Amino acid sequence: MNQPTIDTSPKVSDEIRKTTCYMCACRCGINVHMKDGKVAYIEGNRDHPVNKGVLCAKGSAGIMQVNAPSRLRKPLRRVGPRGSGEFREIEWDEAISTAVGWLNELHETAPQKLAFFTGRDQSQSFTSFWAQNFGTPNYAAHGGFCSVNMAAGGIYTMGGAFWEFGQPDWDHTKLFMLFGVAEDHDSNPIKMGLGKIKARGARVIGVNPIRSGYNAIADDWVGITPGTDGLFILSLIHVLMKAGKIDLDYLSRYTNAPVLVNAAEGPEKGLFLRDGDGKPLVIDRKTGEPTAFDKPGVRPDLSATYDKDGVTHRPVFHLMAEKYLNDDHAPEAVAERCGIPASRIRAIAAEIARVAFDEAIELDQEWTDFRGETHSKMIGRPVSFHAMRGISAHANGFQTCRALHVLQILLGTVEVPGGFRFKPPYPKPVEAHPTPHGDRRPGRPLEGPHLGFPRGPEDLLLDENGNAQRIDKAFTWENPMSAHGLMHMVISNAAAGDPYKINTLFMYMANMSWNSSMNTKGVMEMLTARNEDGKYVIPNIIYSDAYSSEMVAYADLILPDTTYLERHDCISLLDRPICEADAAADAIRWPVIEPDRDVRGFQSVLIELANRMNLPGFTNEDGSPKWKDYADYIVTHQRKPGIGPLAGFRGENGDKEGRGEVNPDQLNRYIENGGFYVAHIPEGADYYKPWNAAYQDWAVSMGIYDSPQPYLFQLYSEPMRKFQLAAEGHGDQQPPEYLRQRVKDTMDPLPIWYETDQQGNEGYTINALTQRPMAMYHSWGTQNAWLRQLHGRNPLYVPTKLMREHGLQDGDWAKVSSPHGEITVPVMEMAALNKNTVWTWNAIGKRKGAWALQEDAPEATKGFLLNHLIHELLPPKSDGMRWANSDPVTGQAAWFDLKVRIEKAAPPTDAESQPEFPPVKSPVGTGPKDLVWKVGK
Amino acid sequence: MTQLPQSTDRKMGLVIDLDTCVGCHACVISCKGWNTENYGAPLSDQDAYGADPSGTFLNRVHSYEVQPAEGHAQLIHFPKSCLHCEDAPCVTVCPTGASYKRVEDGIVLVNESDCIGCGLCAWSCPYGARELDQAEGVMKKCTLCVDRIYNENLPEVDRVPSCVRTCPAGARHFGDLGDPDSDVSKLVAERDGMDLMPEMGTKPVNKYLPPRPKDQIEDQIDILAPLLAPVAEEPGGFIGWLDKTLEKF
Amino acid sequence: MHPAPSVIVFTTLSGLGFGLLFFLGLGLPEVTGWVAFVIYAIAYALSVGGLMASTFHLGRPERAWNALTQWKSSWLSREGWCAVIALIIMGLYAIGAIFFGQRWGVLGLLGALFSLATVFTTSMIYTQLRTIPRWNMALTPVMFLSFGLAGGAVLAGQAGLAIPLLAIAASVQILYWWRGDSALERSGTNLGTATGLGQRGSVRAFEPPHTGTNYLLREFVHVVGRKHVAKLRVISFALAFFVPVALLLLPFSHFFGLLAVLSHLAGVAVSRWLFFAQAEHVVGLYYGKR
Ligand SMILES: Nc1nc2c(c(=O)[nH]1)N[C@H]1C(S)=C(S)[C@@H](COP(=O)(O)OP(=O)(O)OC[C@H]3O[C@@H](n4cnc5c(=O)[nH]c(N)nc54)[C@H](O)[C@@H]3O)O[C@H]1N2
Ligand SMILES: Nc1nc2c(c(=O)[nH]1)N[C@H]1C(S)=C(S)[C@@H](COP(=O)(O)OP(=O)(O)OC[C@H]3O[C@@H](n4cnc5c(=O)[nH]c(N)nc54)[C@H](O)[C@@H]3O)O[C@H]1N2
Ligand code: SF4
Ligand code: SF4
Ligand code: SF4
Ligand code: SF4
Ligand code: SF4
Ligand SMILES: [Mo]
Repeated sequence: MNQPTIDTSPKVSDEIRKTTCYMCACRCGINVHMKDGKVAYIEGNRDHPVNKGVLCAKGSAGIMQVNAPSRLRKPLRRVGPRGSGEFREIEWDEAISTAVGWLNELHETAPQKLAFFTGRDQSQSFTSFWAQNFGTPNYAAHGGFCSVNMAAGGIYTMGGAFWEFGQPDWDHTKLFMLFGVAEDHDSNPIKMGLGKIKARGARVIGVNPIRSGYNAIADDWVGITPGTDGLFILSLIHVLMKAGKIDLDYLSRYTNAPVLVNAAEGPEKGLFLRDGDGKPLVIDRKTGEPTAFDKPGVRPDLSATYDKDGVTHRPVFHLMAEKYLNDDHAPEAVAERCGIPASRIRAIAAEIARVAFDEAIELDQEWTDFRGETHSKMIGRPVSFHAMRGISAHANGFQTCRALHVLQILLGTVEVPGGFRFKPPYPKPVEAHPTPHGDRRPGRPLEGPHLGFPRGPEDLLLDENGNAQRIDKAFTWENPMSAHGLMHMVISNAAAGDPYKINTLFMYMANMSWNSSMNTKGVMEMLTARNEDGKYVIPNIIYSDAYSSEMVAYADLILPDTTYLERHDCISLLDRPICEADAAADAIRWPVIEPDRDVRGFQSVLIELANRMNLPGFTNEDGSPKWKDYADYIVTHQRKPGIGPLAGFRGENGDKEGRGEVNPDQLNRYIENGGFYVAHIPEGADYYKPWNAAYQDWAVSMGIYDSPQPYLFQLYSEPMRKFQLAAEGHGDQQPPEYLRQRVKDTMDPLPIWYETDQQGNEGYTINALTQRPMAMYHSWGTQNAWLRQLHGRNPLYVPTKLMREHGLQDGDWAKVSSPHGEITVPVMEMAALNKNTVWTWNAIGKRKGAWALQEDAPEATKGFLLNHLIHELLPPKSDGMRWANSDPVTGQAAWFDLKVRIEKAAPPTDAESQPEFPPVKSPVGTGPKDLVWKVGK
Repeated sequence: MTQLPQSTDRKMGLVIDLDTCVGCHACVISCKGWNTENYGAPLSDQDAYGADPSGTFLNRVHSYEVQPAEGHAQLIHFPKSCLHCEDAPCVTVCPTGASYKRVEDGIVLVNESDCIGCGLCAWSCPYGARELDQAEGVMKKCTLCVDRIYNENLPEVDRVPSCVRTCPAGARHFGDLGDPDSDVSKLVAERDGMDLMPEMGTKPVNKYLPPRPKDQIEDQIDILAPLLAPVAEEPGGFIGWLDKTLEKF
Repeated sequence: MHPAPSVIVFTTLSGLGFGLLFFLGLGLPEVTGWVAFVIYAIAYALSVGGLMASTFHLGRPERAWNALTQWKSSWLSREGWCAVIALIIMGLYAIGAIFFGQRWGVLGLLGALFSLATVFTTSMIYTQLRTIPRWNMALTPVMFLSFGLAGGAVLAGQAGLAIPLLAIAASVQILYWWRGDSALERSGTNLGTATGLGQRGSVRAFEPPHTGTNYLLREFVHVVGRKHVAKLRVISFALAFFVPVALLLLPFSHFFGLLAVLSHLAGVAVSRWLFFAQAEHVVGLYYGKR
């Protein structure tokens, strides 16, 4: 046969430039193939620790993001009213001097009048450094509305959490249980991990009201009632404890289960018995004596009590037995509320027990623990867990996250082969984290970092009158452990002037007038609210975005950012690095293409602002600026001598890692290395990290710790007990009366489950959730010509039973209402769904005029946000007070507590999802009609 | 040349694991990216930023719900591209010879410079594996990345289809299904790989690995229950058990 | 299937045109000179016009000639050849009739055969498609041929032949609709076999691979409401068969003859619209549509 000859070896590209993806926060390594100086094709970098060559849909679509017509082109100054989208283009000089004009005075007189909040910022160690030197207490990134429950719950319990803090031991685990995850930040690694498990035929259990994505491939699906995971987990704990299927050796050695707790009524009740050095005491089984937990050779007893001066001290484990063996936690007692048959709960508990104990694994690897004892083997309990916002974005999420960690710890599966493993710089106990700082000192920097982990009431940020020091009221009695701030409260508090008025709201990379806010319509009103004198209640709003998002229209001054292929970035060990469980790693982005617009990297703009204001920290003694731009900062900034943003290629010759002098050639070395640096944890140091002397020493050498920090897992949280004690009336820091009972109830030092506040929800009985689509990143994906074809609109998915009950069919419209608002949207049936839950994809709905889309784009006509139904405040209490719709411990926004009612509705007259908003004027016009994108010949 | 070869030297194709695919669309977009820049005309998009966007894709991921007679409904993500059928009707219907099946590896390709865009091959394909590019007016289909798998400008590990290289879950496998000893053939044998619409007589080369049985955990309780025998009924008894057990360490 | 106007026009017109050429080739009626010129012009307008229309749905009409290369395997190619041969032969035959007043019988017979073959090959383009069970029936060529013959006879003014041929075509049409309506079911192809998941339970299409549309949906998925189908079938049947027969039964008049032709043409066009619009491509199953 004569078939055409084709060239099966065409040239692929002129050059490959290796950098880091930022189509989401997972930060995979990418090979950018260039042709004629243009981006031709993007693939995963095989050498990269995060993605090892694979790439998600968003990553591959990056090419459509850097050519998106929605890219901002020039600084903008608002000319129409806020929200109109009417701007004039200005020069950078004018932009910078306008910003400096607003900011400098605040810096010198009242720094707290600047609120600087930064969304999904990957340069938090830098932006917080800026804010600290500006002197405002009002800084945070988006963690408060994202997943602070997960982060803080993990750190308070075991010095790290799931998410970016750690990962299952994908290579060894035999049973993997996933709670409340649709996609997560660790997007590619989770998929790779699931793939590995599946290839081995190991079991995956998915706990999620919705059976899609990861949960669709789970071998067993637990379609739990939203908000009841804590109940389910505590029941598993009940069953496992009762059957003795817990790792007593592990508990006695590595956790505070044996630590003695004061049992006498009074101001000490529930606090640890400590020695003169402040070290918690345990009873040593060998001597029967109370002994510091870390004394070499000590064998902590889980069972013995200790009387001293007439006061009984009981080990934490006694308190746990008392609490969790109680029949309230029996499967039969929780089954109905969780929507999981008791037999299923038992079967899952039994399977966990079987795999953890009957299929234990041993690695022939010697290691020495912090007490000096050498172990000849590493014992693995190959059960692993992972969880994310499904459990954390509820108002009982903090305690639920704690419960899950306690479950893993009881099984002895944390930091052992086959279990959950931390990624450096974690593990890191609370003690190694700062406490929050909120002082205001005009012209001077804040005394310490804004955000931290309170150890007790003394660390709250309250002024002498008990008022919040921060605009978001973080670290107050309303949410004492709000370790990430409360970005979702900033605009509403600023609009209400409560706790005080601010002058300038400065935001970066957060679409606050749309998908990242609760009560979207209300937020738009707050941003445009005026005083009686006609001036805006929030006088100045500065915003940095790279694209024409909904938020752009609500700012007075726009500082247009570059796209991720056009700038320097630094994904640092000081921040949220790209580490793996067996390696520390960091990465950069660098300009693989030059911007074709008049835009600047935001971090460099911050440096310029700082230089213009001579901010301390950015200025040399002689008054000259320390850094000319962000690249300069990345290379030459030192947090402590020898420790800077990047850990690799330090020292004059670039041969030092972790600690070392500044290397002016560092960025080039990163680029040559593929845009990242990996420092492997030595063998034998890679498990048992919190207690493994070899790991601790390595971490010190890397600059991760200043000194070894071995610690015990905190099954029982003493800081929580301190807040609870205050609420019981002890100490001079007292909660206000209206919060006293709540603090008492929710600050239980052992994980509990409680029903979230349902006041005002009478008649609203259906749970309403959102999930992230794997191929879309919040609002960014929509401007992408390829991705928007996949998710151009979002129906409300309704379970079969509710479809029947309400006489609905695919394509019908339904009115969905909550105590707070209503939307009218198209519905679609889904069978593999909790029978009392509806859901939709997150952030597909768009405002007309945004993102350079035509106004009749399906995202704007059919797509919708569930956010209109969610309020940042709960319905009024009997005294008229409205409490935050947040976790009472951390302030985490309780997105998934939403309860709704649905009814069939006539299609809206214009067949558009309701509510509709008038279009904003696009500062960048709209995109072209057709696309034929090939850069090579 | 629209006659099919009597046989092909190899049967290169994909094996797609429905038990592992999480429906992330990574393969879809990676395919779009590679094939826009490489073999043949770019895959164009119409009304790219407007009301009715659509474009040419060579690989798409569907999803299906399966309601078993008993138990929970299941959701299955289902990627689909050309199956490089042995008896490819798309080849024999082609009036121009543009569609052909390669003798050396069985890849079904379109020679775009001969194609008149009549669409008949797409009509004849049961799987929806061919799309007529609206800008170029020629038929596009999965090339099995013929310009990657032998490409000497790529490192050897990368000589696999773009979609396979990118799949984060490892749900896509590539190899010679004509060779019973190849990894893919073994996988198919082990996991009961199946054909789509076998009744069409197309003899697809690509195979699908069916999802493993689901929601079985409760049925195993008989074996599992002994693991949960209580060590004590009361908290007091529990502490006693604790003491006894700790003694053993 | 998407009822593309170009394809409907093509099959309708060329069917009639080649039907007419068939009869002309057989010398029914035997015409010469001006009359021949007019009637051949009509025949060519229909058949060539139809063929031209068919190129409108090509992505690359300028390369249409490529379509002749694959006569060994492709029905579309064969159709092209048959059409070209039929048109050339009948062209010569027509020259004889118009300019030389000759009837070259053998040539006519050959031309008639190729004309019929053209209709047959056209029908085989559809019939061969297992992907469209409604077309993948032996009845499809029967229908195309019976329509071509009946229409040709009407156009050729062969009332005596036309009436029985119309009756035959009408019965074929009814049979075709009846069998067609259950063809997909009988084919055994369903979402279960399409996905291989049928053994596990009932399969339902959930999210499509994209929220917008695509070539496949535009080309293959077209849903006509049942009510409309019933109505259109009645209209088509009446126009294609009932009215022409009635008109032909009346005493002959050119006007009625013309009306019969137009009515038949319109009826066949509607039938062809239904032929496409109702045809379920199995690819629709993947999208939960038919
Ligand atoms: N209903 C509901 N709402 C939710 C959630 C939910 O689950 N359900 N989840 C919440 C959570 S966890 C989060 S994190 C938020 C996320 O919400 P946002 O943080 O608002 O996320 P994005 O929509 O991605 O918006 C970020 C902005 O950054 C801009 N941007 C993108 N790249 C760059 C860049 O390189 N430079 C600059 N300067 N800007 C850039 C984008 O254009 C966009 O305007 O949404 C929250 N909202
Ligand atoms: N592709 C993509 N990746 C992303 C993002 C994105 O927008 N797109 N966003 C990033 C961001 S900012 C974040 S915060 C992460 C979040 O990543 P995820 O934690 O995966 O966030 P969600 O998509 O909100 O998924 C929450 C899941 O929890 C389930 N759920 C809700 N309530 C409950 C409950 O009570 N119990 C249980 N068990 N499950 C429940 C929901 O059904 C849903 O599956 O993803 C990050 N990664
Ligand atoms: S998960 Fe995807 S979008 Fe996120 S960084 Fe990795 S490749 Fe990029
Ligand atoms: S990339 Fe892999 S997991 Fe994702 S949709 Fe494609 S086959 Fe499935
Ligand atoms: S899947 Fe379709 S296009 Fe591919 S070879 Fe088979 S019939 Fe042809
Ligand atoms: S569209 Fe092209 S490849 Fe397909 S049958 Fe027609 S000519 Fe052949
Ligand atoms: S093999 Fe290549 S062309 Fe085919 S689906 Fe995969 S990426 Fe696309
Ligand atoms: Mo988030």
